Amino acid sequence: MELKVLGQDNAAPQGGCSSGTCGSSEDGMGHLPDAVREKVHNHPCYSEEAHHFYARMHVAVAPACNIQCHYCNRKYDCANESRPGVVSELLSPDQAAKKVLAVASEIPQMTVLGVAGPGDPLANPERTFATFREIYAKAPDIKLCLSTNGLALPDHVDEIEALKVDHVTITINCVDPEVGAKIYPWVFWNNRRIKGAKGAKILIERQQKGLEMLLERGILVKVNSVLIPGVNDEHLKEVSRIVKAKGAFLHNVMPLIAEAEHGTFYGVMGQRGPSKQELSDLQDACAGDMNMMRHCRQCRADAVGLLGEDRGQEFTLDKIEAMDIDYEAAMNKRANVHAGIEAHRDALRAEKELADGHETLLAPLGTPPARIAVTTKGGGVINEHFGHAKEFLVYEASPEGIRFIGPRKVENAYCVGPDVCPDGAEKGTVLDAILDSLSDCSAVVSAKVGIEPWSQLEAAGITPNGAYAMDLIEDAVKGMYGDLVDQGWSAKDLHVQAAS
Amino acid sequence: MALSIIESCVNCYACEPLCPSQAISLSGQHFLIDGTKCTECDGDYADPQCAEICPIEGAILNAAGEAINPLGSLTGIPPFKMAQAMAEIQAR
Ligand code: SF4
Ligand code: SF4
Ligand code: SF4
Repeated sequence: MELKVLGQDNAAPQGGCSSGTCGSSEDGMGHLPDAVREKVHNHPCYSEEAHHFYARMHVAVAPACNIQCHYCNRKYDCANESRPGVVSELLSPDQAAKKVLAVASEIPQMTVLGVAGPGDPLANPERTFATFREIYAKAPDIKLCLSTNGLALPDHVDEIEALKVDHVTITINCVDPEVGAKIYPWVFWNNRRIKGAKGAKILIERQQKGLEMLLERGILVKVNSVLIPGVNDEHLKEVSRIVKAKGAFLHNVMPLIAEAEHGTFYGVMGQRGPSKQELSDLQDACAGDMNMMRHCRQCRADAVGLLGEDRGQEFTLDKIEAMDIDYEAAMNKRANVHAGIEAHRDALRAEKELADGHETLLAPLGTPPARIAVTTKGGGVINEHFGHAKEFLVYEASPEGIRFIGPRKVENAYCVGPDVCPDGAEKGTVLDAILDSLSDCSAVVSAKVGIEPWSQLEAAGITPNGAYAMDLIEDAVKGMYGDLVDQGWSAKDLHVQAAS
Repeated sequence: MALSIIESCVNCYACEPLCPSQAISLSGQHFLIDGTKCTECDGDYADPQCAEICPIEGAILNAAGEAINPLGSLTGIPPFKMAQAMAEIQAR
């Protein structure tokens, strides 16, 4: 049987699927038409596999917004696109273009430039499109994408098409104005602030119209939704049905993050975010045959680098000023590096196909599933130390195969610097936060695990492992699952976790 | 007759392009309204545009010096709730 690796169509976890019906699904894109697949193949945000190899960046050129979301405090960046409480350094379109060209020459894995804030890119059309025009002229190999709340979208579809923007993300949290009234206190429309359900109705109509217009012109559309328990959780299933029927290629459900400190309506009013299990249940319910972007890291609006890493500090304005860039040479270098990456990915695929032919069950049927966290710096292998990880990728292994559950971010890595580990109480809280975020996991696989965290992990019922260093993530997860089964580990009840 | 922007402005640039009188500009720490140019949008729009789009409660004052968007009017957070939350955070 064919083992599904990183597959998303977990609706049928028991049977897997007979080869030929779902094609190769190692990038979670098996269900998409070839043309769409081709388009997202190198996109680190959309292709589950590509995000290990390619880099993207966002530039903060668009400060204004034309609506208010209850999970956003406009003192900070757009909460649709970055984590709450982040303030990006605002760039002029000129500065932004310079920065992009500098990054693209220093980080040749770079394939995508996004404009996502700090406000709404289409509430700042001059700034957003001036940036895109500049990049389109000087580095036409770079893909452009933008994210929007959708209110102004129908007005800009022509320009989006003209500049060959190939990915647009629309944040759609509802299709019912009554639900919308609980999420959006107002929208600015036709020179007036319009509150409540009336405003939400306008927003919803504009989002749907923009979605349809983009799809008519063959532009890829991803839909983001924020899961707000008790407000739109059930409703998101309908949202998913509708956007899927219209042709969005991906629906990404993100958890609400609400803390009083952020000063947002939800934060101050005590609205809670979803538990890990609520999130993954809803993602399952919405998935159907559609790809869900579980590897989404809710990156910062001005992030630079591979997903889960941010090299923004290397590209501050004064450093960029000092750089001397040859656009032609940089573009050739990118083409070479990308060709190298593709050759590597082809080789990995070929290896896997060979292996798949001989694959058997990972464990006897009926063995309970186990969640396994891994740490990586990119490249698709186990190459990050436990102590340095600020992000854990969680997989679920069952006898039939493994699937990706999602990333878990922690505020602080266990060690502060390369050789510095925190001491005393501080160390305790840092580790507690990590243990908490991995509470549903039975094992964590890293390039290396220190002695102290090792015993604490064991005490928390999470088996640490450093034996799969430099192995492919999926091989390591399979191997680790086998180890757990051999050790007769006591499986965690993944549904009890849901209650917490 | 003119509106004014005070220091709670977060420099989001939303108001500036909307002003029919080119009265708004970024100067120093935040945006300011040139009182000699501001018409309160009279003759152009039914409502003063800067105050209609500004997301920050209290950032824009009318000619009498009162907040056009008072506390709670834009976010929907009752002022006492906000005060409570702030006090709790301070106490930590
Ligand atoms: S669209 Fe983004 S910037 Fe605007 S209110 Fe919503 S989260 Fe904030
Ligand atoms: S009230 Fe009207 S004219 Fe005056 S600053 Fe605001 S937008 Fe400009
Ligand atoms: S809209 Fe309000 S916060 Fe934004 S720049 Fe104008 S006055 Fe400042």
